[in-house]
Amino acid sequence: MKNTYRTQKIAFSLLFLATLLIVIPVGLIVVIIIQKGLPAINWQFLSDIPRQGMRAGGIFPAIVGTIYLVTGAIIFALPIGLLAAIYLSEYSKDNLLTRLIKLAIVNLAGVPSVVYGLFGLAIFVVFFKFGASILSGSLTLGIMILPVIITTSREALESVPYSFREVSLSLGASKWQTIRHIVLPNAVPGILTGTILGLGRAAGETAPILFTVAAFYLPRLPGSIFDQAMALPYHLYVISTQVPNVDEKIRYGTAFVLLSLVLFMNLVAIIIRYQFRKKKKW
Amino acid sequence: MAKILTKGLDLWYGSFHALKGINSSFEANRITAIIGPSGCGKSTLLRVFNRMNDLIEGVRTEGEVLMDDKNILSSDMDLVALRKKAGMVFQRPNPFPLSVYENIVFGEKIHAEKVARDRLDEIVETSLKCVLLWDELKDRLSESALRLSLEQKQRLCIARLLAVKPDILLMDEPCSTLDPQATAKVEELMRELKVRYTIIIVTHNMQQAARVSDDAGFMLLGELIEFGKTQDIFTAPRDKRTEDYITGRYG
Repeated sequence: MKNTYRTQKIAFSLLFLATLLIVIPVGLIVVIIIQKGLPAINWQFLSDIPRQGMRAGGIFPAIVGTIYLVTGAIIFALPIGLLAAIYLSEYSKDNLLTRLIKLAIVNLAGVPSVVYGLFGLAIFVVFFKFGASILSGSLTLGIMILPVIITTSREALESVPYSFREVSLSLGASKWQTIRHIVLPNAVPGILTGTILGLGRAAGETAPILFTVAAFYLPRLPGSIFDQAMALPYHLYVISTQVPNVDEKIRYGTAFVLLSLVLFMNLVAIIIRYQFRKKKKW
Repeated sequence: MAKILTKGLDLWYGSFHALKGINSSFEANRITAIIGPSGCGKSTLLRVFNRMNDLIEGVRTEGEVLMDDKNILSSDMDLVALRKKAGMVFQRPNPFPLSVYENIVFGEKIHAEKVARDRLDEIVETSLKCVLLWDELKDRLSESALRLSLEQKQRLCIARLLAVKPDILLMDEPCSTLDPQATAKVEELMRELKVRYTIIIVTHNMQQAARVSDDAGFMLLGELIEFGKTQDIFTAPRDKRTEDYITGRYG
């Protein structure tokens, strides 16, 4: 008896330690970035253009660029991803084609982000002649986050109880009416959560925008979607590795802004999910 | 004249023969109960009448089901019209996660192009009065239907169905999640509704079938063993298997 008890205790401790190991790096990253980055944050840093070869001034164009890119990516990826998710969860039959599509989505999620960058360069920049532009970058990021949006949206749609669909159909609603009036409204929170997680991912990636949009140094705001733009992750990369003698404060300040942006989006996703769980009672 | 007539109705789920040569007739303004042990095909039979079995992959149906002299199994049958005509009450009360009001007007909103607000109000009031819920709920119309009691939910589901103006009510064990008191109330409601509707109820509760139905059919392993007046079936069953089942020696 006693032996079993001890084994159980050891097992629990191991499991607990493993869980703790996940929390430590996250905590450390956040603490270090805040500690070193927070002092750099002031109004000028957030609202000014980079000056003196990015060794002074602010990061405003990079913030704006990232917001443009993320917005563009979502305008492109959300409709396509949602429609695909509706097809997969509501209409597709379990056949070879469907399995191929699902396999493709899983694999799309596993493609290294630098490959997306090269793909975007070949397709959007060169083939469609969009050039290195916000358009090319947004489309590339959009493709990258498509699997996230499709997968989470599909889960959200499939978690709507079957009985709701059954009732709706039994009341004479068509399949589309059922989806439109019953399934979609109940899946919105899940879809939103997935979308925001996708946004966070798009905001933080460097490689896909490297060849498709990112400007090394562009101390003005982009004027159209065919302009290049600065972006936070790439700017961070540049001032950390490509430009000598950049004050540590500026680097960590940039990292802080980027991290805050991503964490903020994740927080919004968590809040939406929490609110929804509180309300849902079936 | 029979409201629904089945002639040599067979149904397969893949290779499983679930309904075997069902011949039956369901009269208007009567309650017909279908009884039998679990898995005998009684729910499947019920779901033939609004073609809900179509939702399951690999279902094959043969034979004829005449509803008001029209074969509802034909491939050009308008399913929307059929399901408006033959509405279903499910085993578990399943209101939408919407307000009481929105639940009831769901059908109207779907079927009508554009509906005036006072028309909707009227539908809500008449439907709720039909299921004797109006007095209880008239001040709670905007509340979520998920907050009602089980019995209220089931009544609400019936009200939601009546709002679509069906002819036939298909009830699939509508009381199996309710306590005896709530069951009695729903049964009372059924008796009131049969004046205007044709009601078919699937139940595994024989007392319920005896209490509430006018006609009854006993099913076993996909076959309709016996079909007739409830009184006859319960007092003088012709088939040995029916007798065994209703006296509790079976299933």
